[in-house]
Amino acid sequence: MISREDVAHVARLARLALEPDELERMRAQLDGILAYIDQLRAVDVAGVEPTSHAVPLVNVMREDAVVAPFPQEAMLANAPDRVGELFRVPRIIED
Amino acid sequence: MSAPAQAGWEVVIGLEVHAQLRTRSKMFCGCPTAFGAAPNSQTCPVCQGMPGTLPVINRTAIEYAVRTALALDCRVNAGCRFARKHYYYPDMPKNFQISQYEEPLAEEGLLEIDIDGAARPIGIQRLHLEEDVGKLLHEGTLATAQASLVDFNRSGVPLMETVSKPDLRSPEEAAAYLRAFRAVLVYLGVCDGNMEEGSLRCDANVSLRPRGSAGLGTKVEIKNLNSFRNVQRALEYEVQRQAQALEAGERIVQETRLWDADRDVTRPMRSKEYAHDYRYFPEPDLVPLQIDRAWVDAIRRDLPELPRARRRRFVAQHGLPPYDAGVLTQSRALADYFEAAVRAFPQPKLVSNWIMSELLRALPGDDERAIAGAPVTPERLAGLLGLVQDGTISGRIAKDVFERMLRTGQDAPTIVAREGLTQVADEAALAAVVDRVLAQNPRAVADYRGGKTAAAKALVGQVMKATGGKANPGIVNRLLEEKLSRI
Amino acid sequence: MTIHELAEAYRRGETTPSAVAEAHLARIAALDAKVGAFLTVTRERALAAAAAADARWRAGAPRGPLDGAPLALKDVLCTKGVRTTCGSRILEGFVPPYDATVVERLEAAGAVLLGKTNMDEFAMGSSTEHSAFGPTRNPWDLGRVPGGSSGGSAAAVAAELAAGALGTDTGGSVRQPAAFCGVVGLKPTYGRVSRYGLVAFASSLDQVGTFARDARDTALLLGAIAGHDPRDATSVDAPVPDYTAALAGGVRGLCLGVPREYFGEGIDPEVARAVREAIETLRGLGAVTEDVSLPTTDYGIAVYYVLAPAEASSNLARYDGVKYGLRTPGAKDLIEMESRTRAAGFGAEVKRRIMLGTYALSAGYYDAYYGRAQKVRTLVRRDLEAALARVDVLVAPTTPGVAFRLGEKADPLAMYLNDVFTVPTSLAGLPAVSLRCGFSAAGLPVGLQLIGRALDEATLLRVAHAYEQATGWLARRPALA
Ligand SMILES: [Mg+2]
Ligand SMILES: [Zn+2]
Repeated sequence: MISREDVAHVARLARLALEPDELERMRAQLDGILAYIDQLRAVDVAGVEPTSHAVPLVNVMREDAVVAPFPQEAMLANAPDRVGELFRVPRIIED
Repeated sequence: MSAPAQAGWEVVIGLEVHAQLRTRSKMFCGCPTAFGAAPNSQTCPVCQGMPGTLPVINRTAIEYAVRTALALDCRVNAGCRFARKHYYYPDMPKNFQISQYEEPLAEEGLLEIDIDGAARPIGIQRLHLEEDVGKLLHEGTLATAQASLVDFNRSGVPLMETVSKPDLRSPEEAAAYLRAFRAVLVYLGVCDGNMEEGSLRCDANVSLRPRGSAGLGTKVEIKNLNSFRNVQRALEYEVQRQAQALEAGERIVQETRLWDADRDVTRPMRSKEYAHDYRYFPEPDLVPLQIDRAWVDAIRRDLPELPRARRRRFVAQHGLPPYDAGVLTQSRALADYFEAAVRAFPQPKLVSNWIMSELLRALPGDDERAIAGAPVTPERLAGLLGLVQDGTISGRIAKDVFERMLRTGQDAPTIVAREGLTQVADEAALAAVVDRVLAQNPRAVADYRGGKTAAAKALVGQVMKATGGKANPGIVNRLLEEKLSRI
Repeated sequence: MTIHELAEAYRRGETTPSAVAEAHLARIAALDAKVGAFLTVTRERALAAAAAADARWRAGAPRGPLDGAPLALKDVLCTKGVRTTCGSRILEGFVPPYDATVVERLEAAGAVLLGKTNMDEFAMGSSTEHSAFGPTRNPWDLGRVPGGSSGGSAAAVAAELAAGALGTDTGGSVRQPAAFCGVVGLKPTYGRVSRYGLVAFASSLDQVGTFARDARDTALLLGAIAGHDPRDATSVDAPVPDYTAALAGGVRGLCLGVPREYFGEGIDPEVARAVREAIETLRGLGAVTEDVSLPTTDYGIAVYYVLAPAEASSNLARYDGVKYGLRTPGAKDLIEMESRTRAAGFGAEVKRRIMLGTYALSAGYYDAYYGRAQKVRTLVRRDLEAALARVDVLVAPTTPGVAFRLGEKADPLAMYLNDVFTVPTSLAGLPAVSLRCGFSAAGLPVGLQLIGRALDEATLLRVAHAYEQATGWLARRPALA
């Protein structure tokens, strides 16, 4: 069973500020979903290769050629906050 | 330094070096990699991690990494893939970095370094590729800033991370490793080696253990070691700090510390970097790479001569002392310089002497750009040595000419002609000067005749002085000898 | 009218792209308040494109059958200069500086893009109730959901607000709403269509798909968007067949596999009956059928609800208030800003999946969840591939039931189980199409799902076309207006 502490830890990892009641609701829902997912434990996967891509492609690469970058203003236009040519973020306090 | 405090402890250091590859475009998009452009002017939706964008691997970055792996005798893995490494930081646009994790490009290699004249192999644990992040600027310092500013120009630039085994036993060895590693990258042409511009960035893991013990002590990671000097000083400080703590019976805390070059200390970062949960998983937007034998062989065929091989060849082929060969191969540019000069003036030891005493007095030998762009080109150095050899100028004058060549960017004949530095070799003209000197120095002449042969030297000096150093010393000696014997 | 009928009318000069665009814009203005299919209507852009198409048809030089076709785009596809929301508050104000590859290709074919359609937030859902901008309603019954997550696109086509539309399918998000709305919804093979510009939900599963009123229009749409894109490293570099030419030929001699597990308990008898009748119709047209078994079918949902949330938790990490979209004001530091922005910007279902995915990837759980799910994914894929080595096409219901009522599936797991028949195909990357095969007693459409071999969309369209020609289902229209 997933604990409240686990949920709080995962919420921190995922940068989601959850209210206490939201946290408990989330815990209960995740618990139900994880219980359903647990049926996978019964599957015999010994020697089975994982599938990370449905298409069997390898070595897809591009040549090292410069493409003109996007105009500076186009790349800054969506910024919620900026100072001139730079994106601005609130002060950084490490966790 | 600090030998007493460390006496009972063995130092264990491993280095992680991030090298910016010299590709034209970024790792996963076509944006240019040039340094120094206006903020956010070298980006696109891909390297700004905009919704909907996808990465595509730069083939040249893969080839540069394979080239390096081969030079370091690594095993190039037949299959490798990229993975996502997650942590939140505003300079990282997707809040994950595309890196490599369980299946790196190469593993298990070695790099030989020279310690007290002996070669020592340092193990390479792994070599992998990843994308760089953007640059954060703080309004003030990180600690006091009310806000930080982000420039994504560097975001997505290809980085090659090479992790050494914990085989380094002193700060000096760590610095030597970094020097040797940098030289290999620059020889390979995969990195410009410019540490000031961040092309090469180094983190270190340091621990101490009781001498004779085989286990590993608690390691501390030190970040921000971005020059050879910082690597050595930071590690010296950290070794000392850990030794003192251990001597005092304290425990070492596993942590990440930052080298503060202004205050010469390492200090703990507030971030508990080691506690991060990176949640790696295979990058679903990229397919695996299969680096087959044929591809590896093709890259191997193109490998240039590496520093150690070139050094051996300089001894064998040019007959240089090993010391000279070591100095001259410290960078590819310097070794190229030497060989170009020798081609034009085939007296290797003389050329080596001039490079080591004159050229390296003015320019750092490991600065590729400075050496490659030296105003005194190898051909011009050869020209200068030619003037000495044919007697046009004296060796002493030649040193002055070399300095002027450096300063003005002109060649030797131009400077010699303009400044009238040609050696006076006209016997009649010199004879007149010798006669005048003898007449003006009766005392010295008397001394000479009284058996003090050393007085002749003083007379030679007077003649040289009278000719502004331009007299051919051989002729002056002969004339003086003749005239003195006749008096 | 269908896209091919419109092209024929343009050719004959009976109408013009501009007149058709105006008519569709007028219909949207009149009806979309009820349906809620569109989030953004790009009137000016549409009329400009239509005028250009007029000129080409007038000059007798159209770019092809899509020239002047009025289409809609799910709002998960980036459009340069047009806001792209993904049905989320977190993308508030976001205007992409680039077009998705599929958008470029449709415009190059002359399509008239009417606007952006509603969807479950970040394509997470099966009902289009999880949109930050309100639900879309099913044109056949406004009290019911259109399915999801591409519910807006499906409803737009069903309500004739657009002649065709693009959606995206990660675990059934094209096929399921197509079934609920009674239109043709195709999910191509993974890699057949570029994902560049498709805002990622689960990268290893996402695929752009089409909505149309019949198989012929589906062939036209797929033909326009399929094909290699160097900007998508997972796109397949294989030639694109002429899907329209492949429609003819009928089903005689084709072997259709009927998977036993798709007709088990939990399926609505009305759905099972309609699908079985459709299979009989196809037999009557000369197809051979064979019972097959896909024993891993039941694991699909569990695998999917590990892999998709894990990838989503990663893909959605970028929405942090730094570069674009919402930023919650007043935070005292960066972490607070990011955590509050994400809490305010994402809806409950998205948060749930981010949490689930983060948990599944976190230290100590990777092997038990993500690693194991990837291996079971291999088993699911092998099952389907083995069956498709024996038969040409699998025929099955698209969904266990018909469109449900708004609010009916409040429990997340109950909602997830709605995807039981669509998810395995997504896990295997195979193409599948849903088409109308009848109606429930209440007048709600039932979807028939055809599943094909990798890159063999042509055979699916051929079967769909033969079935449409043999039945009269397409004549029925929802009673809106
Ligand atoms: Mg790294
Ligand atoms: Zn870029």
